[in-house]
Parts: sequence; structure tokens; C-alpha cells
Amino acid sequence: MHVLYMVLIDPFVQMVSAPDLFIQTIWEGLVAGVLYALIALGFVLIFKASGVFNFAQGMMVVFAGLTLIAFQDMGLPAIVALAASIGVMYLLAFSIERVVLRPLVNQPDIILFMATFGITYLLIGFGEMIFGGEPKEVNTKAFWLPQGSIEFPVLGGFVQMQKIDIAAAIIAGLMIAALAFFFQKTRIGRALRAVADSHKAALSVGISLNQIWVIVWFAAGIVALVAGIMWGARSNVSFALQVVALKALPVLILGGFTSIPGAIIGGLIIGVGEKLGEFYWGPLMGGGIESWLAYFIALGFLLFRPQGLFGDKIIERI
Amino acid sequence: MDASVQTKTHNLAKGDTLLAVDNVSLSFGGVKAITDVSFDIKKGEIRAIIGPNGAGKTSMLNVINGFYHPQQGRITFKGETRQKMRPYVAASQGIARTFQNVALFKGMTTLDNIMAGRTLKMNTGFFWQLWRHGPAMREEVEHRHIVEEIIDFLEIQAIRKTPVGKLPYGLQKRVELGRALAMEPELLLLDEPMAGMNLEEKEDMSRFIIDVNTQYGTTIALIEHDISVVMDLSDRVVVLEYGRKIADGTPNQVKNDQTVIDAYLGVPH
Repeated sequence: MHVLYMVLIDPFVQMVSAPDLFIQTIWEGLVAGVLYALIALGFVLIFKASGVFNFAQGMMVVFAGLTLIAFQDMGLPAIVALAASIGVMYLLAFSIERVVLRPLVNQPDIILFMATFGITYLLIGFGEMIFGGEPKEVNTKAFWLPQGSIEFPVLGGFVQMQKIDIAAAIIAGLMIAALAFFFQKTRIGRALRAVADSHKAALSVGISLNQIWVIVWFAAGIVALVAGIMWGARSNVSFALQVVALKALPVLILGGFTSIPGAIIGGLIIGVGEKLGEFYWGPLMGGGIESWLAYFIALGFLLFRPQGLFGDKIIERI
Repeated sequence: MDASVQTKTHNLAKGDTLLAVDNVSLSFGGVKAITDVSFDIKKGEIRAIIGPNGAGKTSMLNVINGFYHPQQGRITFKGETRQKMRPYVAASQGIARTFQNVALFKGMTTLDNIMAGRTLKMNTGFFWQLWRHGPAMREEVEHRHIVEEIIDFLEIQAIRKTPVGKLPYGLQKRVELGRALAMEPELLLLDEPMAGMNLEEKEDMSRFIIDVNTQYGTTIALIEHDISVVMDLSDRVVVLEYGRKIADGTPNQVKNDQTVIDAYLGVPH
């Protein structure tokens, strides 16, 4: 009886009795969720346009972040460092298309998936060689990102929000809106979706697969760069980050692999679910449930809605 | 229309050779799909390619639009001789096609599918596209007009905004034709445009094919199994069997050719 009470009743009693703490927890969850969503967005972009799950996306976040820091450490002004990092991401997209994707056209998806493992380990080795293995911090002041926090009273308590988190949420929101619009309404966006649907039909209307792949990996690179900056501004950029980036996987299962809004909402649900779980139910299990709860939620989803919240339902004509 | 792309075309009059295939052989490992086939397609005509299943008809189309690269032979399109086509070159030079098992962009609407056919005609750069207003927007509107004309022509106004994956097969084939027409092709390759259709749908499709040919002067090469359709539509017919050409001529010539009759009905042993 006591266990049932602790699991089913007590957490909710706590939520109601300390609403400010509850809201604070949800905010923390949303903040983590925005970052998950940004990382998941990179996955969705590449998956939509090529049907490939890009295992290297997490590593691309780390790589982009470290590149930017390296340019800043060289003493370049923020804008120049940012432009140079974008240049590096373009170069990366270009070489991945040339060296990895082009020779593998028309191969089964699983081959391309394995190739992205290769890219991951290449980036790890290459990154450690250039940047060294130790964690580094992004110089946020140079990017006009606000610092400090604001507090405001809520229901007899206080909720504290880091300004950087608010900025991150706004930037992520803008970026997502821009991407969704680009995909939906422009010729290149249409070509991206066309390639995702059918390679041979896309080729027959004169869409260049090579060009599309460069664009989409470049876009994923820019998303990775933004995620890297946002993450780096809160804590450090280190190679350990790429494990955290795998949280994007449950986010994608929740949101659907092909849906940009799905990536956002999935990210937020996972973020909030994780923090609430950790804060209210965690102590019952000795804490640390944050690291696996997301996967647990995803597993539940797979049972009932395998295409995710917003994913394309797969209809096969038989 | 972009003048530089079109200059070569205007030199070709109706009846000139638009495409010539010379001694093409194609094999996959040990399997010979096409053996030493030559034929030509004249500007303005409807050219049928027929033959029993596995005769190499679709392979032939794939060679013409560059999906397959033949081991031997040459392809001459608009006076330019190539050892092999590439899909991008074929598309930009004015070869459009449809597929035997409908290859549409299933998640996209009818409108977007046909707009995708305009890809090569649109040329605002990547950064204008990002901004979308100004040139990119103007271009989008301009091409939308042409697409609406095609939609009217094919009588598919009602399904303009429907994702094509949801459409019945006959309409999907029509949308696919629309996408090919949006490329304003000089040579239109149709791979079994009437497969799986009922009589009414076949009649509609035949009418569209004839209209495309007469109104726009588009040269058409089509693969079809329904012999009565082939006889009605086409100016000339080439017959393939086991990857070889066994006859070439007007529908009447081909119909009375003993080798063709044997190929279709079998030879008593």
C-alpha cells in the first residue's frame, strides 16, 4: 500500500503543494527539450531527404561547437568565427557527399546507415587530433547572448529562468519555423521532399541528387552548429555530448522520423517528462532515472503508435 | 522559355530524326537485356515500342533517359551523339518520362508533384530561395500558371491539393503524365501509360496522348501491351523480342509480319 501511495499519489500531492517548484521543473524540462529538439531536427532533415538515419548528427554538434571555439580562440571576432564555422560545415557536407554518399547511391539504406557510423568515428578521431580531448567553453559574451537570470513570483514562490535558456528557445523556434517554411514552399524544398519520396522519379525530372544531398547535410550542419553554441553556452562542449545527442532517438520515435513539428514537440515532451520523472519519481528508485526514462517512454510509444505522433503513416497498397 | 536551351531544337523540322539509337547492347552480368538494337524516333511522331514480357522495352527507355548505361552502341539526341546518357542531361535536354509502376512523390500533393516537373525551368539561386520573396516568389507564381494549365488540360482540378499517395491508380498515372508535361519535353517517354486501367480510363489517356502530340507537337515514344491502342495511336512501331529488334514499321506492316505473329502467338514445333 505504501509503495502504491508513493508512486501514484504522493508526487501529485507534492506538485500541488509546491506549485512554484512544479513550474520550475517544467521549465527546466522545456529547456532540455529545446536542445533535444534541435538535435532531433538535424536527424529529421537528413532522414527526410535521403531516408538515412544519420548516426553522426550528435558528433556533428560536438564538431561544430569545437570548431567555433577553436576559431574564437584564434582571436577572430565572433561574426568572423561564426562565418568560418559555417564554411567548415559546408566543407564537411561537401566532402561527405563526394566521398561517402556519391559512391553509395542506390545501395540499401542500411549500408548508408553504417557509413554514418564511419563518419562518426572519423569525426571523433579527427576532432580529438585537432581540438584535443578536453571540454571547452563557448565565449557567450561575444555572441551578445544574454547572461544571468530573471526571477518572478509564481503562486507564493519564485521561478528562476536563465536568460540564455530563453534566448535558446527563441532562436530554436525561429530556426525551426524557417526550415519548415523552406521545406514546404520553395523549389529546393520541394526537390528535397521529392528526393525523399523517390530517387528515380526525382532524377527523371532533372533534380540533382548530389546537389540536394550537399544542401541537406549543410542544413543539418548549421542546425548542429546552433545546437552546439546553445549547449556550449550552458555547459561545456565535449565529446561526451554525442552520447547525450542520442536522446534524439527517443525524441524521433515520439515525434516521427519525417516530421519537423514532431521533432519539436517530441523534444519538449521528452525533456519535460524526464525532469518531472527525475524530480518526483526519481527518489523512489534511487535517482538517475533521467538517463533511461526517455527510452522507456519511446518504447511505450512504439507499442501503440509506431509512426510517431506526426510521422507519415505508412500505407502499403497490396 | 530559356532560349539557350532551345536553340538546337528549332533547327529540327517535323520528320527529322530527333533520337537515334545505334547498335545498343546492354547486359547485367551474364544476362543480355538488349542485343544490338538500332532504331530512330522522328520529330513529331508517336513511336510505339512493343514486345512480349521481358523483351527489353523498359530497359530501352532506361537507356534513352540515362538510368542504364549500355556497354555498346551510341545514342544521338538532337544531333548530339553520346556513348551514354545521364539522367540530368536527358532531363535538361528535353527528355521526360513516366514509369511502369508509377513513381510519384507520394507524400506531396498533385500540385507539388507537377511543380517538381518545373525544377529545371526554375533558376533562382539557393539564397534567393531562402529569402523567397522577390525573384523566387515571382518565379513561383509564373510557373504556377503553367502548372495550372496542365492541370486543366488533364482535367484533374479536383485533386489539386490531394496527396497523390491517396489517389486511385488511374489518376496517379495522369498526375505522372502531368509532371512529365510540366518539363515541356521534346521527347516524352511513356512506359505502359495504360497498364491496369479500365476501358474508360484508357480512352481518356489515349485522348491526352494524342492531344499532347498534336497540340504541343511533342514527340512521344510509348511502350504498350494493348495492341489495339498501339495500332490506333502510333505512327510507327518497333518490335522487340528477347532483347533483339524483330520488326520496325507502320502498324499495318508490323501487324502482318510473320516474325511478330510468331513472337506473340508462339511457333508450333
